[in-house]
Amino acid sequence: MNAAGFPLLSLLTFLPLVGAAIIMFVRGDDAVVARNARWTALWTSLVTFVLSLILWARFDRGTAEFQFVERVSWLPEFGVGYHMGVDGVSVLFVLLSTALTPICILASWEAITTRVREYMVAFLVLETMMVGMFAALDMLVFYVFFEGVLIPMFLIIGVWGGARRVYAAYKFFLYTLLGSVLMLLAILYLWREAGTTDIPTLHRHAVPVAAQAWIFFAFLASFAVKVPMWPVHTWLPDAHVEAPTAGSVILAGVLLKMGAYGFIRFSLPILPEASAQFAPLIFVLSVVAVAYTSLVALAQEDMKKLIAYSSVAHMGIVTIGIFTFNQQGLSGALFTMLAHGVVSGALFLCVGVLYDRVHSREIARYGGVAGIMPSYGLVFLFFTMASVGLPGLANFVGEFLVIVGAWKVNPWVAAGAALSMILGACYMLLLYRRVAFGRVTREDLRGLLDLSPREYAVFLPLVLATLWMGVYPQPVLAVFEASVAALVQRHEAALNAARLAGL
Amino acid sequence: MSWTLALPEIVLAVAGLAILAGGVLPKRDTFFPASMAVVGALLLTAVLVIGQEEGTAFGGQYVSDSFSSFMKLLTILGGALGLLLALDWNEKEGLGRFEFSVLVLYATLGGMVMVSANDLMTTYLGLELLSLPLYVVAAFNRDDARSSEAGLKYFVLGALASGLLLYGASLIYGFAGSTNFDRLAEALSAGQQASPGLVVGIVFVIAALAFKVSAVPFHMWTPDVYEGAPTPVTAFFAMAPKVAAIALLARVLLGPFGDVAAQWQQIMLLVSMGSMVLGAFAAIGQRNIKRLMAYSSIGHVGYALMGVAVASDEGLRGLLVYMAIYILMNVGTFAVIVAMRRGGRAVEQVDDLAGLGRTDPGTAMWMAVFMFSMAGIPPLAGFFGKLYVFLAAVQGGFWVLATVGVLTSVVSAYYYLRIVKVMYFDQGVGALDRAPASLSVVMAGTGLFNLLFILWPAPILAAAGAAAAALLA
Repeated sequence: MNAAGFPLLSLLTFLPLVGAAIIMFVRGDDAVVARNARWTALWTSLVTFVLSLILWARFDRGTAEFQFVERVSWLPEFGVGYHMGVDGVSVLFVLLSTALTPICILASWEAITTRVREYMVAFLVLETMMVGMFAALDMLVFYVFFEGVLIPMFLIIGVWGGARRVYAAYKFFLYTLLGSVLMLLAILYLWREAGTTDIPTLHRHAVPVAAQAWIFFAFLASFAVKVPMWPVHTWLPDAHVEAPTAGSVILAGVLLKMGAYGFIRFSLPILPEASAQFAPLIFVLSVVAVAYTSLVALAQEDMKKLIAYSSVAHMGIVTIGIFTFNQQGLSGALFTMLAHGVVSGALFLCVGVLYDRVHSREIARYGGVAGIMPSYGLVFLFFTMASVGLPGLANFVGEFLVIVGAWKVNPWVAAGAALSMILGACYMLLLYRRVAFGRVTREDLRGLLDLSPREYAVFLPLVLATLWMGVYPQPVLAVFEASVAALVQRHEAALNAARLAGL
Repeated sequence: MSWTLALPEIVLAVAGLAILAGGVLPKRDTFFPASMAVVGALLLTAVLVIGQEEGTAFGGQYVSDSFSSFMKLLTILGGALGLLLALDWNEKEGLGRFEFSVLVLYATLGGMVMVSANDLMTTYLGLELLSLPLYVVAAFNRDDARSSEAGLKYFVLGALASGLLLYGASLIYGFAGSTNFDRLAEALSAGQQASPGLVVGIVFVIAALAFKVSAVPFHMWTPDVYEGAPTPVTAFFAMAPKVAAIALLARVLLGPFGDVAAQWQQIMLLVSMGSMVLGAFAAIGQRNIKRLMAYSSIGHVGYALMGVAVASDEGLRGLLVYMAIYILMNVGTFAVIVAMRRGGRAVEQVDDLAGLGRTDPGTAMWMAVFMFSMAGIPPLAGFFGKLYVFLAAVQGGFWVLATVGVLTSVVSAYYYLRIVKVMYFDQGVGALDRAPASLSVVMAGTGLFNLLFILWPAPILAAAGAAAAALLA
């Protein structure tokens, strides 16, 4: 229907690779290479972003069908094809990935001074993997992109990270790989079962109920690590703390969404009975995540670690929303994912601004920053409030919808989800008070410069997006409304069919 | 004339004799021209293999089918690339004697005979023709105690394995009445219970071949021989003999003994799982990169043998794909290891690679590609090798095998990552010498294969599918 014959999604996916290839062939001394690499990466990612805006503009909001579908035969005798397409669930994540990448590249402009070429190549490869993962409509293609993310991220953490970068990089890689290979077994089972790895076909395929629990847990192993859910979240604080600022932004902004996206794309539609059966388990894990990690966040002395734990809590809200199986809960989960992608990314950038100047992430190292850097103080306050869930800013809409959706299922779950807002206010306000307010206790802080034009350029789009999503969320909600409705409907139909079969 | 089916082997054998005769005459050292002649002879043989007709020859002792063609091409590839790796190394180490290239040629020939064996006697012939040159090349650096030790160790244990094979063959002959694979298949397809004596014979044959592929529990020689042998020889060890022995193992077990799979399947399952587990855990502590690659190769053999253990069409196809990809990951990795020199002296500790990401970005990038590929991370080729054997295991319902496989691949990712870590994250200890052009070409070629396999996997998959179908038809 739209853009038929023009492979917009493939272009979006692989354009960054072209940029990466160009950067690899830049010759000259280090300064020239670094400058060329930065500009090439920025322009590549900006062009990709513009293309994704076209995708968004031409996306038909009225249907739950996959759009911009591309299909090329790849391993025909195995029933595997290169199949790409987006629906309401995935299109905005493509947009989020392509929007955050230029911001990250801009944020690393001066922070990264060594091996700039390799850094930019890694980021562009990462962008390819992220976009490809959200656009893939074949499980094997999905898996290739899902796992492929590990390679550039491992290098980004390990080469450009902080003091304990090696430990963090290993932990990130091996933790995620362990989860993923179990998912691979599940994919292989479904492949054998249905004779194809085509996701839309599998959505219509009824998996035997007896096998669903196994498959569900295999997927859970992978997605729970990626989300991350309590108790397999421990890689996240390490990875966040050690990664360079832009790495943390992408990690929080996009990579964490891959797990939740997996639940929506695989677990719910392919395994409806098992999902319904184990929803209480997910609720318990999520509520524990919300309460526990929020309390842990309260005790942190490292700014990045605090925000990392807050991410785990926010993702707990998302998993609660997904497993409510109703329109409000799922829409809220998707909305929270997007909002969290923008807001937590921005919060890591805020930490990065201070880190670039002072080279410390310790909360106690700061104090009274708002007086010295008023513009920065305002931006930081803005995103702190957004993270807390202040009405009128992005996070509130999503969390509110999730709480409404959860109330329909079980008021106690809703109460657990609401804990996030209360405890979130505690630790975020505490963070902000200790960093931005109070007396200036360290004399060297007085010389700090306020935001530079480049930093304004980084924050402005994020501020606008947060405001827009908070004040007028309807355009965003409308994008996934049809897809979520279809998902809910199919889920209920499957459960009803199972119930009838049981009678 | 049925002997024309063996034309590739005959041509290669005659070429070897001619090169041997030609090498003796000149006074000067003729390693380089002799090596080029051998590579040329191998290429010619490869062309002949591709054009080979199917059928059996020499009274049913020799078979040519698409399975043998596929595996022969891999063996030849392994032999030719192994020799290419040796070109620069042998000159620098003072091992530039033309006999080396001829020995590689005959070992490759032995591998080809093994692949085409259709009788236990031909099997033995091929195995010995493969092994004898290998004993010599392992000890080729005769002034080096480690190299001599490697040769001797390999010889003693190899002789034992040959004995096991012969004893197993005699038992099989005694209990089944033939050594010919076709007649064995007929005798065993009657559906009756295999006699215990026959089972013992099969076990002996499996043990001998497991020794050659260095599968657990017959792997003990591998780390010492890999470490002691000259590095290009190690590379060769990891390729041609392994392909040939795995091909033979698959042919013996799935061909004549395919109908008594129940008798040997448990053994292969244990061998496969044991190799994967040992390969994953034992390599973690290794500091010497050649020893590390020895354990890594044990692990890879475990994955490949999954394809035999499941005893199915899909399994065999997975095995063939795995071996093809394994050869090309391995040769690239060894090209990097052979290139590891500092101040003209060969170094072989993992830590010697420290800082390579800065001092030689090209080599480091290819090495990283090979390591991620060996760890089985998509989108690199190594992932697809593992994918097809795992798929075969799942299709056959071997959940324990598949689970052990994926979990050990996570464990083994740890030590592959360590090499990436040493190259990129650690402080350098001084630059390595520039890699010679021949090695850079091998690295780039195999590296590109590993990167781009995903784009066009169909030819290898189709060839492997046809070869598997030919064996199980």
